[in-house]
Amino acid sequence: MAFELELTSPIEVAKDVALAVQDYTLLSAQSLANFFRRPLYMGDMLQQADLVGVGSLPIVVLTGLSVGALLALNSASTLQEFGGITLIGRLVSIGMVTELGPLITGLMVAGRNASGMASELGSMIVTEQIDAMRALGTDPTKKLITPRVGATAFMLFFLTIIADLLGLIGGYGVAHLLFGVDTQQYWTTVWQNLVFRDVFTGLIKPVLFGFIISTVGCYYGMSTRGGTQGVGRSTTQAVVASSVLILITDFFVTKLIFAIFGYR
Amino acid sequence: MPPTLASENPAASAVSPSGYAIEFDKVSIAFDENVVLDGVSFQLPHGETKALFGVAGSGKSTLLKLAIGLLRPDSGRIFVLGEEITHMPERELFELRRRVGIVFQESALFDSLKVSENVGYRLLEEHISAEEIERRVREVLRFVELERTYDMRPSELSGGMRRRVAIARAIVTKPEVLLYDSPTGGLDPVTSNTIVELIMKQRDVYKTSALMVTHRLQDAFTMATHQFDKATNQMVVLPKGQHCEVPMSFLILKDAKVIFDGDAHELATSRDDYIREYIS
Repeated sequence: MAFELELTSPIEVAKDVALAVQDYTLLSAQSLANFFRRPLYMGDMLQQADLVGVGSLPIVVLTGLSVGALLALNSASTLQEFGGITLIGRLVSIGMVTELGPLITGLMVAGRNASGMASELGSMIVTEQIDAMRALGTDPTKKLITPRVGATAFMLFFLTIIADLLGLIGGYGVAHLLFGVDTQQYWTTVWQNLVFRDVFTGLIKPVLFGFIISTVGCYYGMSTRGGTQGVGRSTTQAVVASSVLILITDFFVTKLIFAIFGYR
Repeated sequence: MPPTLASENPAASAVSPSGYAIEFDKVSIAFDENVVLDGVSFQLPHGETKALFGVAGSGKSTLLKLAIGLLRPDSGRIFVLGEEITHMPERELFELRRRVGIVFQESALFDSLKVSENVGYRLLEEHISAEEIERRVREVLRFVELERTYDMRPSELSGGMRRRVAIARAIVTKPEVLLYDSPTGGLDPVTSNTIVELIMKQRDVYKTSALMVTHRLQDAFTMATHQFDKATNQMVVLPKGQHCEVPMSFLILKDAKVIFDGDAHELATSRDDYIREYIS
C-alpha cells in the first residue's frame, strides 16, 4: 500500500490560519456580547464554576505550595552568598504574586479544563448534539460557551489568590525550617514589598488567562471535525494553544504594565 | 399500539402565505469541490409526508439540515412555513425552529441530561411551569410507549428507545413540521414498525407535515398503503384502489438532483430505469 504525501501551498496554510483567527475572534466576541443578552444561563455558569474552581482546587493547592517552596529554595543559596537571606520573603512574594502564581495556575487549569471543554464540546459536535440544540431553538454560544468563559475567568481569579497565598506559605516553610528565617521578619518583608502595581498585575492576569483558556477550549471543541479522532486532536490542540497563548499574553501584559507604571 | 396524545395540534392547519409547509427553489450546496445538491426544487404541502430516498451520500441529511436552517445554501431559496429562511439571521431562525421538530439520524439526545429533561428541553427553555412540563413530557413519553424511561439516562436506552425518545422530544411542542433523518435506520423490524406507526399517526391524526429521510423503501410504502385509525388506535391497511389517498409522496435524489417527485402510484409505474432498479 503506497502512501501519497500531500503538499499544501503556503498560501492555503496562511488562509487557514487567517480563517481560524477570524473564527476564534468572532467566537470570543460573541461569548462576551452574550453577557448582555437574555437568557443568561446562571445554572450552567454555577455548574462550570464548580467544575473549574472546586475541581481545580487540589491541583492549584499542590502546585502553589511546591512553586513557592522551590522559589525560596533556589533563591536562598544566592541570597545567603550575599548575606541577604532575610530578603527571601520579598523575592518569593514578588515572584509568586506578579508572575508564578497567575502563570502556574493558568497553565494547570489550561491542562485540566481547556482539554475538558474541547473534548466535551467536540463530542457534542460529532454526535450532532450541538445541531440538536440549535434545532431546539437554543443558541449554543449562550448555553455552552458564555457560562464557561464567565466561570473560568471568575474562578481563575480566586484560584490564583489561593495559589499565591499557598506559594507564600511554601516559601515560608523553606525559609523558616531550612534557613532559620524569623517568622515575623519573613511575613513583614512579604507584606511591605508588595505595592499596588504588583497586586494589580497579579490579579488582572488570571482574568485574561481564564478568558483565553475557556475561549480556546470552546473554539477547538466547536470546530471539531472527523469523529472521535477529531475529538482527540481538538483536545490536544486546545491545551497546546491555550498554554502558548497564556505565555505570550503574560509577556505582553507584564510589558504593558511596566510601560504604564514604570519599572520597579 | 401507541396511545394517543391528549390534544391535537391546533397550528397544524395554519396555511403559510406560500401555500406550502416547505418549499425548495433551485437550491444548491457544495462542500469544497463536492456538489451535494444542485438546483433542487420541490414543495411539501401542508399535512403531507414526503419520503426522501437516495444512495448514501446523495445529500438527504444535508437537505434536512437546510430545511431547518442548520446549513445555508450556496444558491437558491428555501421557504419554511411561508417564511424565507435562506438568509434569515440565526436569532430569527431560533424562533422559527420552535415550530419545527427534527429527529436526528443518531437521535442526538443530550447525554448529560435525563430522558425527561431531554424531552422537556424546549419547554424548560420557554420557562413553562414544572408541573406543566412534567405533564406534557409524561404525555409524549406515553405516546411513544416509554413513560418508564422518565428518570433514565440516554446511555441506559437501546437504539430503538433512543429513537423513540428523540421523536418524543421533537413532538413535545406540537410542531407544524417534522423532519425525520433515517428514523428506522439500523433498527429491528418490530421496532421499525412501531416508529413507522408513530410517524403515520402524526400524519393522519395530527396532520403534521413531514420530510422523512429513509433507506427503507418498505417503510415508505407501508405509509402509502396504510392509514392510522384513531378509533382502534392502530394502523390499518387501505382498501385496494385507495392506496394513493393518504397524503404521502416520494422524492428521489441522484447525482445531486431530484430525479423523481410524485406519489406511490407514479413511483410504481415509473419507466425510468434507475427508479425501476431502485424500487425492485
